[in-house]
Amino acid sequence: MQVTSVVRDPLVTGGKTIKDVSHDISRHVENKPTKLWWMAMAVSIALLLWGGYCVGVLLWEGVGVWGLNKTVGWAWDITNFVWWVGIGHAGTLISAILLLFRQRWRMSINRAAEAMTIFAVICAATFPLAHMGRLWLGFYWALPLPNTFGSLWVNFNSPLLWDVFAISTYFTVSLVFWYIGLIPDFAVIRDRAVAQGNKIRAAVYNALSFGWQGGAKTWMRYESVALILAGLSTPLVLSVHTIVSMDFATSVIPGWHTTIFPPYFVAGAIFSGFAMVLTLLLITRKVFKLEDYITIYHIELMNIIIIVTGSIVGIAYITELFISWYSQVEYEGYAFYNRVVGPYAWAYWSMMTCNVISPQLFWFKKIRTSLVATFVLSIIVNIGMWFERFVIIVTSLHRDYIPSSWTMFYPTWYDVGEYVFTFGFFFTAFLLFAKFFPVINMAEVKSIIKSTSEKQ
Amino acid sequence: MDADKHFVVGVFNDEDVLLDGIRKVRSGGVKIQEVYSPFPVHGIDDALGYKKSRLPIAAFLFGMTGTGLALLMQFWMLGYDWPMIIGGKNFASLPPFIPVTFELTVLLAALGMVGTFLIVSDMKPYKWPRQFDIRSTQDMHVMAIDLAANAGKSKEELKRLLNESGAVEVNEKSFE
Repeated sequence: MQVTSVVRDPLVTGGKTIKDVSHDISRHVENKPTKLWWMAMAVSIALLLWGGYCVGVLLWEGVGVWGLNKTVGWAWDITNFVWWVGIGHAGTLISAILLLFRQRWRMSINRAAEAMTIFAVICAATFPLAHMGRLWLGFYWALPLPNTFGSLWVNFNSPLLWDVFAISTYFTVSLVFWYIGLIPDFAVIRDRAVAQGNKIRAAVYNALSFGWQGGAKTWMRYESVALILAGLSTPLVLSVHTIVSMDFATSVIPGWHTTIFPPYFVAGAIFSGFAMVLTLLLITRKVFKLEDYITIYHIELMNIIIIVTGSIVGIAYITELFISWYSQVEYEGYAFYNRVVGPYAWAYWSMMTCNVISPQLFWFKKIRTSLVATFVLSIIVNIGMWFERFVIIVTSLHRDYIPSSWTMFYPTWYDVGEYVFTFGFFFTAFLLFAKFFPVINMAEVKSIIKSTSEKQ
Repeated sequence: MDADKHFVVGVFNDEDVLLDGIRKVRSGGVKIQEVYSPFPVHGIDDALGYKKSRLPIAAFLFGMTGTGLALLMQFWMLGYDWPMIIGGKNFASLPPFIPVTFELTVLLAALGMVGTFLIVSDMKPYKWPRQFDIRSTQDMHVMAIDLAANAGKSKEELKRLLNESGAVEVNEKSFE
């Protein structure tokens, strides 16, 4: 009965049937975790604990434990914030934008990518929260709540406040979108548990699935909900990084005050996000033996998106340099001169190498279909994207308008510690997700099995 | 015989056979209670004669509510309740209020629509669904026909009709 397209590569290999899909994905939830999983979990929790200690000291002592100074008032915290938010964007791009474009190859990668989005946004949010110093008062500073200043409301003209709304909306909508996708798959695990006679698991996954039954009418409504959520998420994800870039672009700091920022940041976000998706999925597919669902073809397509967005980012870097010369503004010109040959030139050139040169290697089919090369390059891209934010933020600040206040930024262990904390959280959360939730959207993959599975 | 308690259940293993089967069963004058599938089947709503979902309208109305509330909140807070001079700009003007308005529009539309979906589909964590065949979430499409709703037909007639329509298995199911 299987029909295979002659022009497209199969999306599911190994001659899988619909029954195999349920089995291959659900068994990781049902079986005891492997030794590898426990080892990874131990490392993640160790990072989380050490990072947690650093965050504890930070909250007790205040932001002074960071390496910030009068000139460089924003450094690792905002760098990490933008980096993590950017990583999250690939998940929404895969699940929402590729859904609107009817790209069926998204179906076996969207679940894990969306989970990554949610955890990455949580990681991102810890930095502005910590930077507020008094976390527990943050609600009054960030949200329009009545307060004892009579009520002195928040400033709706500020991009930092737009950020509060953008990030929290993005988090909530992504979470809902992800969970809606999980509901039918929780029901799959519930019914398998019923068949296996495991009452506790059946009850837990039934509650998680909201008593899902899969009637035609519910599916019809469900599809309409998914489509509209995708339609809402698409402008939302673009707005989020646009607003993040406005944190910089609406200021009057040379190197930040540019109109190119929104598209440049969005492209960079998708670039780094896809790199992180690849890093995670290459490990997940290996550990959970999902090679038939996440195929080389999927990896190649993601690498192509990396070339496209990496090249957009490269053009943005060059445009910035050109405009800083062409504008003939002394300060703007100096900010970029200082980036390229100043004391942070090593960071600038790391960024250029990692983000502009290295993804161009994916033009070679051999490299973009090689697992090892993809894995290495995906990590290099993420290092590069971290440096991009660091370069934009610190090089523009450390030499400002008054040469007497020029200085350098040196991170302390607490700067490092909070970054490590977010890594610990991210990997712990992802490992828990991979163990207890189905890592591939079974319902969607089942719907394409007939048309895109490899013929045996 | 109590309504909604005794069913004839047809099990299908292919979505194209299922779609033909639905048309055949319905043209035989039989009322189908519901068809349960492991994944959304394209064209099943037409085959079953379901009307288009009105959830998009609900989403639009929730979204508009969000837009309205966001604009009202910002203009009232910064324009009326406590006007502040910020960089010599107008107390309240539309352009800087657009981002927050957009975000709240999306937020309310998404949450409102999903909430409506859960309510109209009667989905809640503490509900155990009525399961005609647990394979309906795995690899089979399951068609349930309520005996009480098809009083004119005998059980045997319905079973024969399901077999003729391509069901690989026909069972009976009763609920308490």
